[in-house]
Amino acid sequence: MLDLPPIVDRRSFMKLMSASIALAGGACTRAPLEPIVPYARQPEGMVQGEPLFFATALTRGGYAHGVLVESNMGRPTKIEGNPAHPASLGSTGPLEQGRILELWDPDRSRVIQHLGQIDSWENLASLIRSRGQRWQADGGEGLRILAGGVSSPTLLAQWRLLLEKYPRARIHHYEPVNRDNVYAGARASFGRPLEPVYHFDRARVIVSLEADFLGGLPGHVRYARDFSRGRRPEARSMNRLYVVECMPSITGAAADHRLARRSSEIHSLALRLAAATTGPVSADALPWVRSAAADLQQHHGASLVLAGDEQPPEVHALAHHLNEVLGNRGATVDFIALPVTTAQSNRDSLAQLVEDMRHGRVDTLLILGGNPLYDSPVDAGFAEALRSASVSIHFGLHHNETSRHCTWHVPAAHELETWSDATAYDGTVTIQQPLIAPLYGGRPVHEMLAALTGDFDSTAHSLVRNYWMGVFGNQQPEERWANCLRSGVVSESTARYENTQAAKAVVGDAGATAAVGTVPDPKEIELAFRPDPTLWDGRYANVAWLQELPKPMTQLTWDNAAFMSDALAQQLQVTNEDVVELEVGNRTLRAPVWVVPHHAEHALTLYLGSGRTAAGPVGTGHGVNAFALRTQNAPWFAGGVKVRKLNERYRLATVQSHHRLEGRPIIRAGTLADYLHDPQFARQESDRRAASLYPDVPRAEYAWGMSIDLASCIGCGACTIACQAENNIPTVGKSEVIAGRELHWIRVDRYEDAAAGAQRTLFQPVPCMQCEHAPCELVCPVEASVHDAEGINVQVYNRCVGTRFCSNNCPYKVRRFNFLSYSKEDAQSAALHNPEVTVRMRGVMEKCNYCLQRVVRGRISADRDDRALRDGEVVTACQAVCPTQAIVFGDLNDPHSEVRAAKGSSRTYTLLGELNTRPRTTYLARVVNPATGRDPSEDGGER
Amino acid sequence: MNSTVASEGPSQATVKGSYTYGSITDKIADIVLERRTTPGFAIALAIAGAFTVLFIVAIAYLFATGVGIWGVNEPVAWAFALTNFVWWVGIGHAGTFISAILLLLRQKWRTSINRFAEAMTIFAVAMAGLMPILHLGRPWFFYWLIPYPDVMNVWPQWRSPLVWDIFAISTYIIVSILFWYMGLLPDVATLRDRAHKRWQQVVYGLLALGWRGDARHWQRFDTTYLLLAGLATPLVISVHSVVSLDFSIGNVPGWHSTIFPPYFVAGALFSGFAMALTLGIPLRALFKLHDFITDRHLANMAKLLLACGLIVDYSYAVETYTAFYSADRYETYAIMNRMTGPYAWVYATVMFCNVVTPQLIWFKRIRAMPVVLFAIAAIVNVGMWLERFMIIVVSLHRDFLPANWGFFTPTFWDLATLAGSLGTFALLFLLFVRFLPAISMSEMRKLNEETRGVDR
Amino acid sequence: MSWYGITAEFGHAEALLDAVRATRGQGYRRVEAYTPFSVEGLPEALDLPPDRVALVTLLGGIAGGAGAFFLQWYSAVIDYPINSGGRPLNSWPAFIPAVFELAVLGAALAGFFGMLALNGLPRLRHPIFNTPDFHLASRNRFFLCVRSDDPLFDLEKTEAWLRTLSPVTLARTPVGAKP
Repeated sequence: MLDLPPIVDRRSFMKLMSASIALAGGACTRAPLEPIVPYARQPEGMVQGEPLFFATALTRGGYAHGVLVESNMGRPTKIEGNPAHPASLGSTGPLEQGRILELWDPDRSRVIQHLGQIDSWENLASLIRSRGQRWQADGGEGLRILAGGVSSPTLLAQWRLLLEKYPRARIHHYEPVNRDNVYAGARASFGRPLEPVYHFDRARVIVSLEADFLGGLPGHVRYARDFSRGRRPEARSMNRLYVVECMPSITGAAADHRLARRSSEIHSLALRLAAATTGPVSADALPWVRSAAADLQQHHGASLVLAGDEQPPEVHALAHHLNEVLGNRGATVDFIALPVTTAQSNRDSLAQLVEDMRHGRVDTLLILGGNPLYDSPVDAGFAEALRSASVSIHFGLHHNETSRHCTWHVPAAHELETWSDATAYDGTVTIQQPLIAPLYGGRPVHEMLAALTGDFDSTAHSLVRNYWMGVFGNQQPEERWANCLRSGVVSESTARYENTQAAKAVVGDAGATAAVGTVPDPKEIELAFRPDPTLWDGRYANVAWLQELPKPMTQLTWDNAAFMSDALAQQLQVTNEDVVELEVGNRTLRAPVWVVPHHAEHALTLYLGSGRTAAGPVGTGHGVNAFALRTQNAPWFAGGVKVRKLNERYRLATVQSHHRLEGRPIIRAGTLADYLHDPQFARQESDRRAASLYPDVPRAEYAWGMSIDLASCIGCGACTIACQAENNIPTVGKSEVIAGRELHWIRVDRYEDAAAGAQRTLFQPVPCMQCEHAPCELVCPVEASVHDAEGINVQVYNRCVGTRFCSNNCPYKVRRFNFLSYSKEDAQSAALHNPEVTVRMRGVMEKCNYCLQRVVRGRISADRDDRALRDGEVVTACQAVCPTQAIVFGDLNDPHSEVRAAKGSSRTYTLLGELNTRPRTTYLARVVNPATGRDPSEDGGER
Repeated sequence: MNSTVASEGPSQATVKGSYTYGSITDKIADIVLERRTTPGFAIALAIAGAFTVLFIVAIAYLFATGVGIWGVNEPVAWAFALTNFVWWVGIGHAGTFISAILLLLRQKWRTSINRFAEAMTIFAVAMAGLMPILHLGRPWFFYWLIPYPDVMNVWPQWRSPLVWDIFAISTYIIVSILFWYMGLLPDVATLRDRAHKRWQQVVYGLLALGWRGDARHWQRFDTTYLLLAGLATPLVISVHSVVSLDFSIGNVPGWHSTIFPPYFVAGALFSGFAMALTLGIPLRALFKLHDFITDRHLANMAKLLLACGLIVDYSYAVETYTAFYSADRYETYAIMNRMTGPYAWVYATVMFCNVVTPQLIWFKRIRAMPVVLFAIAAIVNVGMWLERFMIIVVSLHRDFLPANWGFFTPTFWDLATLAGSLGTFALLFLLFVRFLPAISMSEMRKLNEETRGVDR
Repeated sequence: MSWYGITAEFGHAEALLDAVRATRGQGYRRVEAYTPFSVEGLPEALDLPPDRVALVTLLGGIAGGAGAFFLQWYSAVIDYPINSGGRPLNSWPAFIPAVFELAVLGAALAGFFGMLALNGLPRLRHPIFNTPDFHLASRNRFFLCVRSDDPLFDLEKTEAWLRTLSPVTLARTPVGAKP
């Protein structure tokens, strides 16, 4: 990390060195002891230098996301989605990509600590033994476990065992970003907590009441895929998305009709919607409601109303009710038993624990992961209560804020280091395989828990395996076990849909709206909390990739800020980077201002997860800690916020400073109506392929090209970080981002401008265009930037002298320069690096090359069995990860290739075509589908 | 035998006062051989030396750390280094113009100023030549731009203007040195013959190559000198044209323009004459050379300064006009951004320095005031540096895709490099006037002979 | 003691010119003149052959230019052909700048060193330097030397003739260093 002071103190230096040496010695030979089974599509057994892929799953809040992990000679280096897994279908979100760096994070804790001193597992074991005898006697009185959402069948089995042994022990759950509202809402409608599972591919009209189903909800990657499936204008019909939200999200950006309202206003809005949908449409004054209601009425059984985790249970109940009324249940939404085991209410569960600790009813607390000291409600009083637990054991990846206040800390094994199992949003179970033996002596959670029950010998492998052998019973358990590992899913594990009617919710007729009357004082300023798009609740704060990944709606890196609308900023007379003091109740927090277009007026938003104080060298001290203002009763939004401007400024690191199109035809967009009226609507005079003085260069066997569909792209940024992981792209640190030197090879530009009849947020992923008449090559004095026969503009790093003329002459500015020595050389980075990609030194230019290493790997394997490459055999990192498959790459010589088809579309256009650079990367114009016959710009109109 | 110069009135004279071959020779030679170092000179030397040290430190730190110590970024990948480069090359041009072109035009008045003008050229081009090397990401590989059969079997990419630069700049500096040294030959011979100190006799003796003033030698000398002048003339035009191609070949709005070559050449001479005045005026004061560098010289150089200035002003106008005439949205925006964008102050300053200030030279009285001329020249120097900055940085910081727009702020090391190069230039120049005749003695003798008039 | 020649010293250019003309009029052929600057008409007076510097320079220029084009064409088309910006391998218009610059460089180098070579320079020792007062030849005096290998050369006669030209001084120039 470039931001770190160059001088490390002796202790951390020794720590790093010892670890580095250990790794340097062992990094290549740390295969797990037990046999793990390679992914089916890969050749059996390891071929020297050939990467292997293993199917496993990564969890967040318990929800599993199936992935394939690329392993080079025993070193996990890259995460891909698992096509066989319902939550992934081959893609991942940005956060999963960062997990590989989390695995190799040199700042993970390496030793068991007792009261700040290095201690041994033996001592802890003997302590547990001694306590165990007491628990035998008193039935586990005083034993408490605090965990997040848990979806591991094996772990749950262990819990049952534990509770049989110690019936009076208690297990508590706390996830800072929890779904209490969802479950409460379900309880209101169905009498019991149920998990909604949506089918966006079947929904023609979608109304999201602040539900960020493209970027936040469990299953969002799958949802994004299904959603974009329904938005191909070539199908001559598209779904229509209505979104109302406070803080703009990528879901809001994808909406055809978006409405900005404070979170507290959405309940009443939902009531109005319900009233309009079930009653006369014209009744409502707000165009957004009118047209949403009308559309819902017209799409019986093919529409969907969903409420966000931030919305109170009543809103969820309303959504369930509306879906029931519209006949959507069973069509576009189904309900399953909770795939993740958690508390009925995380808030109450934590409160109960605190209560018990206060009254000294807790003598032993085991914190499984998590960081409650940092992320528990500020008024829960967890920190003080913790002191009264005589033994508190923190079990986690990092020696963090919480572990520093526990009597014991036990390093946990990373999900990629241990056997386990996990359940996805739809109930599908995956058996997790370790890709590598614990790097830092971390302990699998199953062994930790087993120890608690007095079993100090079983390994995670035996525990997980025994559990599943039990499940499989006697029908070829071995084969099934192997198949589960191979495919990454346990067959027939997907939950079956509950058939249960939603109770009628309080539906506003005119009167009810008044009755609820929760419309707060329109002038009152409200503070909203949202999970950070890249750091989530702060657990990924020490993952440099995620810190430097621009947040989709703000393009900020390394910090959060107080997001607000332009109107509010003007009212407060503040501009970007002014520091304000937020006062909620009697608590205050200082935060820099960042203006976000389309943000609800009279509201501020803070992302959770920043302002860590013990995250590690990378994550500590970036941004402000929103948890300092988050109370038990206002977990998602708090009213009556006072904002005071301080005459202080705080420098924020954004990767994009200008968001207007300046009337330039960079992003072409139209409505579905435009498209149907004239499929060529995106074409412009300048697009005609201009004549050239130079004869065309004859094409080789393959001619690589790419097409990016702006109608599908949701701007999540997964491509950026996937590319970073694939191509060994270092992070540069906050100061260098401020200097304008970030290194991302594919960036997602965000424009805020009028398009298709309304002010919209427009995303545009920009990799290298691979121009056939590349301006960069022409001006390189040393032939470091040259063209290969297959049309890829290659950068010869070891020939580059760094004149940077190529960058000046690149109209797309996709070239990235190593102004300083950015590549880290510690053992972890070395082990993590993709062995097929050169690590660039200081002073050389670098850029996207269509994942040349993948092209070459594909060509070699094709040559080996003497055949031509098949379409889709070579997949770039950005294409592979893209949740909506907006990026298509392939051979332009192949008349049947997907990319040829994409480029054949009438929506195809070339970026800056008038320069006649003849890019191989082209775009498909964005198409939105606003309700016809009215101007979408009215959405936010009269209230 | 006493020969007086036919005086055409003090301001018209190219040499004032009465001189013989001998006295002219002595006066100039003694600056080098006899004159003791004055405190003023010592102080100047000390200051220049200090900045030279700063230059060396800046370069050392740069090589150790990388160009990241400067303010350069994406999209502004070129900034101070290239600005300095273009500016320094430009300064060189006036020297060649004075010594070569005025020679061909038989402008006798040039005689007493061409020597130090040529020295200015060489030192300026030396500074310029450093800059593109310093700005490389991996400067230690700069020689990869030079064609030689290397182990990687790779050659330079001949379509790149940067390669053209290598040839233009190296040719320019070599030819300038030849031209300068050749003119020096008879003079170092004089120093050799007049020196009393042994080391001077040895050093100047070696430098003189045994020149003995043989009539045959003089004959070939004259032809060659004329030929070199004839070669230097198109060369000097070509050099800044090539430099301008570094930009106009590129497609950046604000760069991609066909008027760049003449525009840059005019600008080069403009800044060059400004520098010639900036150096000449203190020089003649420091060494009491008022008899040789007369007010007429200053006035003539001022006129040339004004003439070039007018061409530059015209170029500004044309550049703006063509941008709008092209109706290209990017070109138009680039010009508008120049005038009204975040760097508008640069544009305003440039206009003041390069368009407004030189107009004072129209007035004869101003032309007769060395101090004012010095001030004007200094202002023009600043203006021309900023003009290059404007062309390079202000065009780069906002190009085609608004998402890429950025900003450039110089760091301490940017400024140190600029200041350091100025100091080094000054140091070299001071050493030159101390150790070599700043005015051509042989040519002054000849001039004296020709303007001696009737008396026999 | 052997003599390089007899050297007469004059006060200014005209005197030298007259002396040269007169001496050549006498039939002397191996006459040399040394001046502190190039004197108009002196080459004619001495009837010097035209110098060949221009020719040498021209050849240098041609060599430089042709070499430059060949180098570029060979490296870009034959030795290392590669697609750069989709331009033809033989992008001759882009080759012109280097051709021009190297032509100038070749000409300049040939001219300068050709001049030195034709002048037989560098030559640090030369008998003429043995002439008394000769150090003034680079200041303000003009010297005429009748070399001893001139067919008409005769120590006394020549000396007598030169004295008639009323030089400032007259001296015998020894071949070796002064005694």
